[in-house]
Amino acid sequence: MSLDFLVVLGQWPMLLRGLALTALLTAVAAPVGTCLGIACAWSRVHGPAWLRAMVGAYVELVRNTPFIIQLFFIFFGLPAMGVKLSPETASMLAMVLNLGAYACEIVRAGIESTHPGQIEAAQSLALNRWQIFTRVVLPPSLERVWPALVSQIIIVMLGSAVCGQISTEEISYAANLISSRTFRSMESYILVTLVYLGLAVLVRQVLHWAGPRFIFGP
Amino acid sequence: MVDFSLWDIVRNLLLALRWTVALSLIAFAGGGIVGLVLLIARLSKLPGAARCVALYVQVFQGTPLLMQLFLTYFGLSMLGVNTSALVAASVCLTLYASAYLTEIWRGCVLSIPRGQWEAAASLAMNFGEQLRHIVLPQAARIAIGPTVGFLIQIIKGTALASVIGFVEITKAGQMIANATYEPFLVYGCVGLMYFALCFPLSVWSRNLERKLSPRR
Repeated sequence: MSLDFLVVLGQWPMLLRGLALTALLTAVAAPVGTCLGIACAWSRVHGPAWLRAMVGAYVELVRNTPFIIQLFFIFFGLPAMGVKLSPETASMLAMVLNLGAYACEIVRAGIESTHPGQIEAAQSLALNRWQIFTRVVLPPSLERVWPALVSQIIIVMLGSAVCGQISTEEISYAANLISSRTFRSMESYILVTLVYLGLAVLVRQVLHWAGPRFIFGP
Repeated sequence: MVDFSLWDIVRNLLLALRWTVALSLIAFAGGGIVGLVLLIARLSKLPGAARCVALYVQVFQGTPLLMQLFLTYFGLSMLGVNTSALVAASVCLTLYASAYLTEIWRGCVLSIPRGQWEAAASLAMNFGEQLRHIVLPQAARIAIGPTVGFLIQIIKGTALASVIGFVEITKAGQMIANATYEPFLVYGCVGLMYFALCFPLSVWSRNLERKLSPRR
């Protein structure tokens, strides 16, 4: 057995395009999914009963089914209902819905661990419910759960490898294509796996750097 | 075109569900054994073991399961092992599960107060005895909840084995959807079956975590 990475590296334009799409999918899904998660967490803690039930059902459904089934359902199943999506849109939607459900539970844990005295203090300053949630409860909650949230974003990014199965041209799709073009499957998968590992480390660093500066601020 | 009634679809999916369950059990058992060995290697302070196990965990947690599957599938055949999809999926999911389980269990062991180790050592117990009589029984109690929770992760992970051609419920769903042109119904059913498998486990794991975690 011998490995020849040069043949695979020769296909760099395709690798680069795949990497760009993976990065784009993550860059959109991470903030949108997190916002969806925060909104869902708010509804599960403070929302009216019917909304709580609906969000609860959504969260449990997503958390207890595999991502690939969610993706297939959105891409192959929804057209039967008249909703036709491009592979990229379907991948994006699946990633956002997936992250939203997990982020909901993570953020909710943060919100529920808020000290009641904090809320009383905010009420005594005559802040309204919206101000209390966005200024007093949310930022420290996010700070507490930030490591878990970052891990979840990375899990969703790695999960996006599955999107290649509906011919979204992200980097694992590029790996498949290169392996069938050059007959160098082992090399292309090793290379792309290393790219994912690098991306995971990079995303973790960036989010740990950005979190305290821009999201729950000093 | 073959005519499928709803019952035909559900029956065929249920038949394939056996393979999802079988693969999950193989991965869980294999991952548990390998994970335990790695955990003990790490706790025993063998030179270099901590770094190697940490690297192992990092690699499996930092790369997509799909790529791990492809690498195992093609890697095994490159090594000259005659692979079926079942063998490749079992090997890959075992390694994947072991990486997560060893990390989960290490957390549980670390949550046992240092004094327990020292008390055991002062009773002249050696490392093996400390682990077997004092630390592991206490850690196991905390570990049951998260371990059951991780089982859900494995069941969901087996869905990806469909990609290397193992016919479990996701692959069966794909084939039936292609034959019947009813992807909405078929993938809906597949999703609900996974849910029926995983949801009881996740409720159980939540209850266990509440019941068995130490009171503060």
